[in-house]
Amino acid sequence: MHELSIAMSIVDAAQEEAEKRGVQVAAVHLRLGPLSGVVRDALLSSYELACYDTPLKGTQLIIEDVPILVYCPKCKAEREPTSMQFFYCRECGTPSADVRHGKELEIVALEVQE
Amino acid sequence: MTHEPRLVEVRRNVLKQNDVIARALRDQFHTAGTFVVSMVSSPGSGKTAFLEKILTLMKPKCRVAALVGDLATDNDAARLARSQAPVKQITTGTLCHLEAAMVQKALQGWKLEDLDFLFVENVGNLVCPSSYDLGEDLRLVLMSVTEGEDKPLKYPTIFNSADVAVITKMDLAKAVEFDEQAANRSIQSVRPGMAVFKVSVKSGDGVEEFLKFLNARRVESRPATV
Repeated sequence: MHELSIAMSIVDAAQEEAEKRGVQVAAVHLRLGPLSGVVRDALLSSYELACYDTPLKGTQLIIEDVPILVYCPKCKAEREPTSMQFFYCRECGTPSADVRHGKELEIVALEVQE
Repeated sequence: MTHEPRLVEVRRNVLKQNDVIARALRDQFHTAGTFVVSMVSSPGSGKTAFLEKILTLMKPKCRVAALVGDLATDNDAARLARSQAPVKQITTGTLCHLEAAMVQKALQGWKLEDLDFLFVENVGNLVCPSSYDLGEDLRLVLMSVTEGEDKPLKYPTIFNSADVAVITKMDLAKAVEFDEQAANRSIQSVRPGMAVFKVSVKSGDGVEEFLKFLNARRVESRPATV
């Protein structure tokens, strides 16, 4: 369970970006991939705790789920694998370990109030 | 008067701080010619026993050292020190994983130029370490025959993020009716093409083969320094 420390990093990073721009945060938009090693629900409940006693108290964390995409050498394109347990191209069944998306753990935007 | 919230684009990796340090470490390792292997597994799968074995075998032939992460004790470091290789303990307290900054701090006082190989044993945990880059060249995931053949399917993220797998305690395989093919299928399913080594620290079986692989990987990635 390392979601609390991740949540604290999100709060720190969002606050730093907000200060740079002289704005106040209302919500943090995050892109999260299944291969980031971070559990969505645990992160959401940790976020509130991480905001406590910071300028981000009362703000929201809005998570956009990013699907896993691997490069399929046969289709010559980025494809979804069958599942997180089966890294085979969903279209043609070719195995691929060339992960192009799904590890995302990034703040993409801040909702600010002026 | 209330204002409608406005969206400001940011684009920032949450683990940027860790990634920046990991990148700096990777550059440092590369310049020094040190090949770095991190090791992850669940608690009790035999990371320390395997590491002690390979350190002991490698010590007479090349310059090796290890960092070992543990929540509370320095038992593992004491065990590994028997190999005569330099070993340093990183005690993480309640933290369930190693971060790049801890590796950086632990390396203070060590001359990387004097090392051919550095092993970094992570805290026993198959979940949290997957998020943190430590600047390693190779991430090694271990599983023992007693853990069940479907372990990779239960922890796909860490197995997918690894570069090589080692199945330990092969001397117990028969007693626990370990299905080697099923384990292999699970591994190849979450990480197609991953090299898998089957070892027994007790009998020594498979260990030399793994060491050959490590040496070859080092030659590949550090041609100028070998």
